[in-house]
Amino acid sequence: MSPNMPLILLVSLLLTTVFTSAFADGAAIALNGNGQGAPACFTCHGAPGEGPPANGFPRLTGLSAGYLQTQLNAFANGQRQNAMMTPIAQTLSEKERVEVARYFSGLGGSRAAVEAAPVMTSLGEQLAIQGRWSQGLPSCTHCHGTMGAGVGPVFPALAGQSSLYLENQLRAWQQGTRAPGPLGLMSLIASKLSDADIKAVAAYFSSLPTKTPSLKKTP
Amino acid sequence: MKTQTSVRLTIIIIAAAAGLIFMMARDGSDNAETVKVKKTPTITASATKTAGLFQPPLEQDMPKNEFGKTIKMGEDIFTNTALYARQYIGPTNLNCRSCHLDAGRLAHSAPLWAAYVGYPAFRSKNKHVNTFSERLQGCFKYSMNGKAPPLGDPVLVALESYSYWLASGAPIDPKIPGRGYPAVPEPPLPRDFERGRLVYEQHCSLCHGDNGAGQLDANGQPNFPALWGAKSFNWGAGMASLKNASGFIKANMPLGLGGSLSDQQAWDVATFMNSHERPQDPRFNGSVAATRAKYHNSPNDLYGTTVNGQLLGSGAVAPQTRQKGTR
Repeated sequence: MSPNMPLILLVSLLLTTVFTSAFADGAAIALNGNGQGAPACFTCHGAPGEGPPANGFPRLTGLSAGYLQTQLNAFANGQRQNAMMTPIAQTLSEKERVEVARYFSGLGGSRAAVEAAPVMTSLGEQLAIQGRWSQGLPSCTHCHGTMGAGVGPVFPALAGQSSLYLENQLRAWQQGTRAPGPLGLMSLIASKLSDADIKAVAAYFSSLPTKTPSLKKTP
Repeated sequence: MKTQTSVRLTIIIIAAAAGLIFMMARDGSDNAETVKVKKTPTITASATKTAGLFQPPLEQDMPKNEFGKTIKMGEDIFTNTALYARQYIGPTNLNCRSCHLDAGRLAHSAPLWAAYVGYPAFRSKNKHVNTFSERLQGCFKYSMNGKAPPLGDPVLVALESYSYWLASGAPIDPKIPGRGYPAVPEPPLPRDFERGRLVYEQHCSLCHGDNGAGQLDANGQPNFPALWGAKSFNWGAGMASLKNASGFIKANMPLGLGGSLSDQQAWDVATFMNSHERPQDPRFNGSVAATRAKYHNSPNDLYGTTVNGQLLGSGAVAPQTRQKGTR
């Protein structure tokens, strides 16, 4: 470390603070928080938003801006509740929620193109691609896109998502601790899944490839 | 430059430190959402009436030989039509499975196994006996707004093989239960565009969009089919009939919530859907009135009628065959 390193650190800290508070910049919030109490998104969701999958923090990279924004708003207004995200979302201004959603969405992470239809071998893959119509259960990809790529602002990408996060969400819908969402679809779907189904389908989607996003890319 | 690097370094260090503190502050439990959210009543859909209906073979029982490869190709065409039969489809974002759910397996969603055991048959649509292959050609011409693959074409051979295999063990029976779409009883009130619009906004637009154009997934693959407009089925398709559309909707829509709409809602929203312009009927003979008289003369068919001041069929997208070649 050079002798003037502490000074550089101090100055850059000040600069960063000024920078962060001056602009509602999604990248800055992701890196440093908003200076108003919201911590850096990367702290829990990993850099760049890849989400350390083992602890159940979701991957944010490449999710649609509309979806992320809806979720942040839902955390802020109490429609979706989570001990950690509720206070954080409430600390973010509406503009900051928009910016930070746009930032993670803009990191890319679009899914690998679909070449051939896979041969359904595992339970998770079957549920994901075929569903279980004997129970009136549509396939996940019907709404979440081929290979779980995500569709529009309502149906988030599932490919590469933390399997623990996916499991937790499906259980939360089953137990009624997460609001049923549009048309009540997810709570109905989750009610038709067994514990083994949930584990299998979550593992399947978390195993699907995503493009590695670049930190340099700005929205 | 050096300062910039330092700034970046600083940011990373701060983030890492914050992360450490944050992680330490966590109680070690997972990140499950622990909240009381008011339980909303679960809609119990009556879609799962499969008891007593023919059950097609399971995916894993597909033959593993040369024939099996063609069956599999048929399934691939069926589920990803834009990729595997691109040369025969129009500018549509539909797949075969858009209207034939569960890859052509689901009863009351025009399953392939039921169609297979219903041909050859005389069809009033073209006034002659149609083979199953010719019936498949019709799907490409009308529903996919494209052009019919010639008889014997590998696409038709694969689709026929897949259908034949799905029908393994089914009796030859044009009235096999589960065929086509169920007939929805006439609703108490006359079918209504405005009521249909409300049904659409509440139950359909989430997936099919405010303008009925459907949605692509994040990779640009067709996902939710277009219900009207240039990328939808054309006026000659079976789904342009209110009888078929109301039956499909009542049994299967919204996806996963089949059976949740009332008969009235199904007819009203079918009326709303088919009161919009879509690609021209390939049998168009130069006059909407004459085309209606010849091919659409039914109260279940809105082609050639006037809705909200618009003569349906007159603003239709030009026949697909004329604009072919770009795909």
